[in-house]
Amino acid sequence: MNARLRVLVFAAILVVAGLGAGGFVWNERQGQARTRAAAPVVAQGGDLTSLRARPHLVFRSTALGDGYGKVAVVPLSAPDGPRTFTPASCERVHATAGDAVCLFADRGLVTTYHSRLLDSSWRPARELPLTGLPSRARLSRDGSLVATTTFVHGDSYADPGQFSTRTVVTRTDGDVVGDLEKFQLVVDGKVVKAADRNLWGVTFADDDKFYATAASGGRTWLVEGSLRRRTVSALHADVECPSLSPDGTRIAYKKHGDLAPGRWRLAVHDLRTGEETLLAETRSVDDQAEWLDDTTVLYGLPRTAGNGAATSDVWRVPADGGGRPEVLVPDAWSPAVVR
Amino acid sequence: MYVSLRDRPGSDEDRSGRALRRVSSTVFLLGTVSLLTDVSSEMVASVLPLYLTASVGLSLFAYGFLDGMYQGVSAVVRIAGGFAGDRGGQPKWIAVLGYGVSALSRLALLPAAGFAAITAVVTADRLGKGLRTAPRDALIVEASDPALLGRSFGVHRALDTVGAALGPLVAFALLASVPGSYDSIFVVSFAFAVVGVAVLVLFVPNLRTAGGAARIGLRLALREVSGRRLRRPLLAAGVLGLLTVGDGFLYLSLQERDNLAAVYFPLLYVGTNVAYLALAVPLGRVADRVGRARVLVAGHGALLCCYLLAAWPAGGPALTVGVLVLLGVFYAATDGVLPALIGRLVLPEARGSGIAAAQTVVALTRFAASLLFGLLWTVQGPGRSLLLFAALLTAAVPVAAWLLRGSDR
Repeated sequence: MNARLRVLVFAAILVVAGLGAGGFVWNERQGQARTRAAAPVVAQGGDLTSLRARPHLVFRSTALGDGYGKVAVVPLSAPDGPRTFTPASCERVHATAGDAVCLFADRGLVTTYHSRLLDSSWRPARELPLTGLPSRARLSRDGSLVATTTFVHGDSYADPGQFSTRTVVTRTDGDVVGDLEKFQLVVDGKVVKAADRNLWGVTFADDDKFYATAASGGRTWLVEGSLRRRTVSALHADVECPSLSPDGTRIAYKKHGDLAPGRWRLAVHDLRTGEETLLAETRSVDDQAEWLDDTTVLYGLPRTAGNGAATSDVWRVPADGGGRPEVLVPDAWSPAVVR
Repeated sequence: MYVSLRDRPGSDEDRSGRALRRVSSTVFLLGTVSLLTDVSSEMVASVLPLYLTASVGLSLFAYGFLDGMYQGVSAVVRIAGGFAGDRGGQPKWIAVLGYGVSALSRLALLPAAGFAAITAVVTADRLGKGLRTAPRDALIVEASDPALLGRSFGVHRALDTVGAALGPLVAFALLASVPGSYDSIFVVSFAFAVVGVAVLVLFVPNLRTAGGAARIGLRLALREVSGRRLRRPLLAAGVLGLLTVGDGFLYLSLQERDNLAAVYFPLLYVGTNVAYLALAVPLGRVADRVGRARVLVAGHGALLCCYLLAAWPAGGPALTVGVLVLLGVFYAATDGVLPALIGRLVLPEARGSGIAAAQTVVALTRFAASLLFGLLWTVQGPGRSLLLFAALLTAAVPVAAWLLRGSDR
């Protein structure tokens, strides 16, 4: 091939590659616009103020369209009925009757994450310190304490599966109670000092007592902690993301067991008897469960919609290991029950 | 053999405008190929965590596992690529194969769904990368004036880094314009890779190592790689590699120290890249003038300072920036300088094998260092582990300098 021919061939490849890629992207854009236009409009309705006076469910709406990512509310009496959107957008939300904590990402070249307390009208009340990728958020029942967990770092390549979390407990009126990773961790009567210990997935029992996951050296535990004494001690092995039942007697959590990496099974631990019950949901759940009432557990599962878009649903399953899972709210994530 | 845009051996090195021009056009072409390919691969790499967690629904845990798969694959194929280039006497076509495999892997991401399929595709990409590196570096040596080798590698690595910096920009611009359309990213990434391969196939001359003379056999290649000439430099590279903590760990220790570094965690990579980009050519030139082995050893001095700064108990922006700049100095003084050093020590017909051997020694020892450092970190935290590595490196640098004496001729 002489030089001229080469340049011609190269120009042809350049044009084909440019037009091909450009065309594909343009087509995708058009396709997205069409999908948006054709998306079944999720039923909306209801008045936020009157809704909040009744028992209701607060969640992140993942229905495609304008409301994607917004926090929405449905009455517990009709969870799959019309939803009411709030002005707030969150990746993860948890709420009580008066407050809500919202973890959200400011996406860009450098994505930054924020943690924000919302007041009863869903307007930002206060910024909370946050570093890393938001993963869990919990308010105490009376709304005075808030715990947020973020992934500071996903992994180190030399040690696959390692990650580093930071879980901070803050009083909603201002004071930082502490970074749980700095609390003293006791397992089987021995203090664990390893630098790789992580704590995440807090659930509050009262103003002092809380439960959480502790991990070190590839093992995880359900820990009971005291904010005042700044200690956490292990109760039960292989527990992640605990959630305390409303009557305070049981913990719902995800259990890794002998499953493949990155897969978990939902289970319930009875604090009175120490008994563990596997729930009827056999799919892998990576979520901090929520209790609908003393007999039912809620959790989110991702789903790929017909057009390939990523969405998710909130499911319910009985807490006694019987029954079978059912969708409670379609196109939803991060449920919080407010009674 | 030595193709250049303007070959003026008499011109003064200090007039940098001219000096740059004396780097062979083949080096610029190979740099362009790397630039385009890096745009392509970094586009995918920068969105892969997002794609896997947000779209495929894998948890971060599984992503960590996947990321670990990357590393091991590349080292093994590298030697095969280096030897294949030497054996056939046509490193260009081995490089084409390597770039081609990586390009095709982008397209394979379109239908790939689920953990196993994506792992396979990512592994194919890494195989391509491993395969192409040594024959490409052998081509750079072949095309360059021996006296300008450091500069040539500097130019190539600088272009390469530009591509690595542009990739994420292109990816996020695309994601902003077509939200959630990862397929668009894969297709555009494929287009960049195809153009890169086209530049390589159409314009890079098929320089034959050893002028098509005696084809090198496996035995001769082995003898050459383990021979007297390379034994000491490889040993030096191994000793230094064993004490080189991965930059991921350094960034982690920065973010443990202050919150600022944690918030801007993704920017830390950018900071190091900017320093590397700015210094690759100047340090290559310095290497040509004062000796490549010296610059290589001095680069590890910068790494030593880097450990000390990162282990410093106080935090702050100035210290963080200092660590990033020193890390950039380290990469600029080692990444291109090593093949420049090895490429001239080894027989021309075993050049690819020699460069591959050196790069594999570095990759494997660094991997071992990461494992070791990870373990130390778990036991005693980042500060003391860094100080321990700093102490060991202080002892190792003079040893390496002794091993490398005479390597610069």
